[in-house]
Amino acid sequence: MKTTSIRLGEIAHARSGDKGSGANVGVIAYTPAGYELLRNLLSADRVEEFFRPMGVGKVTRYEIPNLGALNFLLPHILAGGGSRSLRTDAQGKTLGQALLELPIEIPEDRLSACRRTRRE
Amino acid sequence: MPEPLKIGNAQGFWGDSADAPSRLVAGQPDLDYLTLDYLAEVSLSILALQRDRDPSAGYARDFLDVVRSLVPFWKKGSKLRLVTNAGGLNPRGCAEACAAILKESGLRSLKMGMVTGDDVLPALRSGSPSDDLVCNLETREPLSKVANSLVTANAYLGADGVAEAIRAGADIILTGRVADPSMAVGPCIAHFGWSPTDYDRIAGATIAGHLIECGAQVCGGISSHWLELPDLANIGFPVVEVAGDGSCVVTKPQGTGGRVTLETVKEQLLYEIGDPGNYLSPDVTVSFLSLELEEMGKDRVWVRGAKGRAPVDSYKVSATYREGYTAQCLLTIFGRNAEEKAKRCGEIVFERVRQAGYELERTSIECLGTGAVVPGVLPHPLQPEPMEVVLRLSVADRRREALDRFAKEIFPLVTAGPQGITGYSAGRPNPRAVFGYWPCLIEKSLVRPQVEILEI
Repeated sequence: MKTTSIRLGEIAHARSGDKGSGANVGVIAYTPAGYELLRNLLSADRVEEFFRPMGVGKVTRYEIPNLGALNFLLPHILAGGGSRSLRTDAQGKTLGQALLELPIEIPEDRLSACRRTRRE
Repeated sequence: MPEPLKIGNAQGFWGDSADAPSRLVAGQPDLDYLTLDYLAEVSLSILALQRDRDPSAGYARDFLDVVRSLVPFWKKGSKLRLVTNAGGLNPRGCAEACAAILKESGLRSLKMGMVTGDDVLPALRSGSPSDDLVCNLETREPLSKVANSLVTANAYLGADGVAEAIRAGADIILTGRVADPSMAVGPCIAHFGWSPTDYDRIAGATIAGHLIECGAQVCGGISSHWLELPDLANIGFPVVEVAGDGSCVVTKPQGTGGRVTLETVKEQLLYEIGDPGNYLSPDVTVSFLSLELEEMGKDRVWVRGAKGRAPVDSYKVSATYREGYTAQCLLTIFGRNAEEKAKRCGEIVFERVRQAGYELERTSIECLGTGAVVPGVLPHPLQPEPMEVVLRLSVADRRREALDRFAKEIFPLVTAGPQGITGYSAGRPNPRAVFGYWPCLIEKSLVRPQVEILEI
């Protein structure tokens, strides 16, 4: 099977924000086919590895199949939390955009079924 | 089947667009309720400082401008009611200030409702709640660690007080801390006459409240496809049309910017949530896993199928405590090796502060423009290396004088630093107080929500 390397953002969009001293990132597949791929590719471990340099802690993943989405909890990623963190992004607003840069390998013949179909 | 209840939000946080309320009401004249959120996790600590200086303060004064801006609508006969947590630590003070504005405007028939009882600071200080509940929800540290430096402690009340105030005839419902979605749930309970155990319906209204609580966000603000949305300077604020079965249509007034689409609604559903099968509110525990979304036309998304269960038997508490001071500064460095130069500038500042006798407790150097907001996550160094970098220094210390010294050591770099250093016009930073956040729980039996009505 021939695979192709893409960034996560080619088949999903995201939203992140703070959750106490941690943050969550919701990743939403553009299509049902994309969701099936992401369920297998985007494990909690994979996301934990991606954010490890920021001291993310133990990542938990939740599946939301009815929305074609995965929700990741990143418990220690804000280095002290919203009010205490010295970081520019003390609220985790950038984490969604960051995760969409994650490189993933997907079967080349699945790519078109996973891409966003623009409405307008 | 009664008509759907139209509930808007025109303030997602304290500091949101000042004319959003009047614009939303002008664009949606049949709006039944407008919710406005002013309280982030540590906002109450800022109000506590204001109240220390002036006992009549302690609420979000910006809300008074909102009331003034809505006077013309009420004068023309609008039945609009407001639900807001602008009451902060002093809902009565806020209600009296609102009453004065309305009286002056000749609107003597409007009533203020005040929901109080969220302040649990005395309970926490007295030691009556169980230690297991008041320990830090995230770190499990005991409350004794911060008990002497507590500034505020407020329980997130549910929708019942808001609903009671509405049933008592209140037009402007002022609360302290309530769960954000409950500001929308209260009107639904009062309007549809739901019982407290109509969990599926209350779950639906909770979802509706969650979707609008951050104002423009569900209309495309901070969405992944923001750049492609129309007329962003006039981005709409949201309206949910909640039906008697708890389902809702999310929409926004015609002629406003942004969009309400499956994408914007899904993103907002996922905003700041934990376990989607157990979204905890004081009114209900909600599952998102049965939700169905459907686009019903331009800027209209139908959300139905929420499932609810009995809420947990404790309230969440947001407590804050004093934790010293913090200061930040920005400098711009342009030229070859900009990142290395910026980093060196930061190290020099901290070295100078050290030579002055202060080892700062916490410091951070960020070279913005190099991927520094997500440190270590992007490939580094970026290729090609940026020709300009914004240096951001951020420090925290319990000693105010240490931060004053920090503030003085930054600008000597303007002449002693690298060629291409600029952007120092903001001046010396002012250290400000830091409040730590202490999330915990409290027994519902120790909290007594109270409702009072103030007539003009």
